[in-house]
Amino acid sequence: MKILVCISHVPDTTSKINFKNDNTEFDTAGLQFVINPYDEFGLTRAIWLKEKFGGTVTAINVGTNATEPTLRKALAIGADDAIRVDAEPRDSFFVAKQLAKVIFENEYDIVICGQESIDYNGGQVPGMVAALLKMPFVNACVGLEIEGQTATCTREIDGGKEVLKAQLPIVIGGKKGLVEEKDLRIPNMRGIMSARTKPLNVVQATEAPSMTESVKYQKPAPKAAVKMIDKDNVQELVELLHSEAKVI
Amino acid sequence: MSVIVYAESWEGKFKKTTFETVNYAAAVAEGMGTDVVAVTIGELQSNAADLGKYGASKVITVSGDSLSEFNPFTYAHALVEAARANDGKVIVVNGTFTGKSLAPVIGVEYEAAVITNVVSRPSGFSPLTVQRNAFSSKGLVEYKSNSERAVISIVTNALGVHKEDGSPANVEAATFSVDSGLKNTESVNVDRVKGQIPLPEAELVVSAGRGMKGPENWGMIEDLADTLGAATACSKPVSDMGWRPHSEHVGQTGIAINPNLYIAVGISGAVQHLAGVSNSNTIVVINSDPEAPFFKAADYGIVGDAFEVVPKLTEAIKAFKANN
Repeated sequence: MKILVCISHVPDTTSKINFKNDNTEFDTAGLQFVINPYDEFGLTRAIWLKEKFGGTVTAINVGTNATEPTLRKALAIGADDAIRVDAEPRDSFFVAKQLAKVIFENEYDIVICGQESIDYNGGQVPGMVAALLKMPFVNACVGLEIEGQTATCTREIDGGKEVLKAQLPIVIGGKKGLVEEKDLRIPNMRGIMSARTKPLNVVQATEAPSMTESVKYQKPAPKAAVKMIDKDNVQELVELLHSEAKVI
Repeated sequence: MSVIVYAESWEGKFKKTTFETVNYAAAVAEGMGTDVVAVTIGELQSNAADLGKYGASKVITVSGDSLSEFNPFTYAHALVEAARANDGKVIVVNGTFTGKSLAPVIGVEYEAAVITNVVSRPSGFSPLTVQRNAFSSKGLVEYKSNSERAVISIVTNALGVHKEDGSPANVEAATFSVDSGLKNTESVNVDRVKGQIPLPEAELVVSAGRGMKGPENWGMIEDLADTLGAATACSKPVSDMGWRPHSEHVGQTGIAINPNLYIAVGISGAVQHLAGVSNSNTIVVINSDPEAPFFKAADYGIVGDAFEVVPKLTEAIKAFKANN
C-alpha cells in the first residue's frame, strides 16, 4: 500500500502573527514552524495503516528549502521517505497542481491531507487534488479503515457523522479522529537519527497558474476591555446581553 | 451574466445559513449589476420560490438519480452546469461541511478562483477582491481573483441575514444529466442528532471546559443552553478525555464557530481554543480563576465558581424570558 501524506509547513499555534511591507506580506521572521496540526493526525494514521498492511508512507511538501526541517520531522515520526516540490506555494491551486502531478506519476493508493492548514485556513488543496485526478474525496474525515481496495471513511457533517465507502485510490481531507490526540506519534531518538539518512527528494515544480493573489493583510480589530460583573449579580449580565449586546 | 448561489438544504428544508448565503450572493450581484440564480439540488419540501425573499431572481431546482445523496463531484457538476447555462461569474456556497467540500471541486471544474472563509462583501469586482479570515482568526487577508470566474464560501453567521422582503423568485425545474460515473463514494450511514441546532450554525452557544470537573456535571450546562435555545460545545481537553463528543470540540483542530453569543464556562482560553471562537460577536467568560487568559478576549466576565454561577444565570434568564 502506497500512502502519501501532504504536509503543510505552518507557524506554531502560539505564534504572534505579523505583516510587513505595508501589510502586503506575511512576516515569517522569528517564527517557529511545525507540521500543520491537521496533518499530524493523518501522518499517524498512515503509519498505522502501513504497520498493518505493509507498504510505504511518503511525506510531501510544496515549498522552499526552509520547509525541509518540517519534512525531516515527518521522517522522524515514521514516514519512509519525503518529497519536496521546490517552489514558493503561491496559492491553493498552484499547490494542488504540484501534488496532483506527483500523485499521477507515482500512483498512491491513499492521499491524506489535513482538511486545512492553520495559517491560511483555505481548506482547498485536498478537494482540488481530488478534482484534478478524479479520485474519490472525503473531507472533514474523522475515521478511515481499509479492507482490500475499499476505504470506509467517516466524515463530519453539520450536527453528526456520515459513513461512506469508496474504492481506492482516494483523497482524504483529515482531522482529529483519524487518530486521537493521545495516539499522535512523536519523534523518538531513533527516529530522529534515522530521519537524517532517509531519502528527501527534491523535485522541480511544474508550470501552473495561481488563481488567487493575496493583496492586503490585516489584524482583527482589537476587542474593547472586558466588563466584569459580580458573581452575585448575574441579572446585570442578562440585562447587558439584552440591552447592550442585543443577543438575547 | 449572473451570480450563482447553491441553496443548500437538509432533509428537504433549506438550512438556516442558506438564507445568509443567498443574501450575500444578492450583495455580490448588486455590486456587479446582475441577478442571482439560486440552485437547489435533490428532493425539496421547502418552497423554492421563497429564496426570492432573500434576493434570488430565479431558482433552478435540479434533481436526478445521482443527486439523492451528497457527493462533491456530482453536486459540483450540477452547479457548474447551472453556471454555464447562466453565464455565472461568481458561485457562492455555504461555509458548511458541504460547502467546504464543494468549493475547491467547483473551482477546478469551472476554472474559477476559489476564495473560502469569506467574512465581508467584496471590496472590488474587476477583478473580484474580497477579505477572508486566516491565521486561525489572528489575521484577515484580502484576496484578488486572477480568473474571470470565482467561487466564494462564506463563514457561517459572519454576515447574518439582512434582507428577507424580496419578491418570490421564478422557479425552473431542471434535470441535468449528471454522469453516474462521477459519483465515486457511497453513503452507508448518516448519524445526525435530531431536533438540535447543529453547532456550526448555532447563533447562541454555551461551552464548557475542564472546570466542570467531570461529564456528570454537564446537566447545568445543558440547562443553560436549553433555556437560551443554544447549542452546546466544549474545549479540547474535554473532548480528548471523552467527557463530550468530538463534534462539540471548538477551537483549532476542532471546528471554528462564529455565533452571536458564546458563553464559556470553566475554559481558561488557550490560544488553540480562541482560534475557533474569537470571532464570536459577544463572548461571556465564567471562570473561578481571575487570571484566566480568556477574560482578555471576553466582552463580559464573571469570576466565580461555575457550580454556583451557572444555575443562577439559568434562573435569571428564565425570569427574563418570562417577562419579555
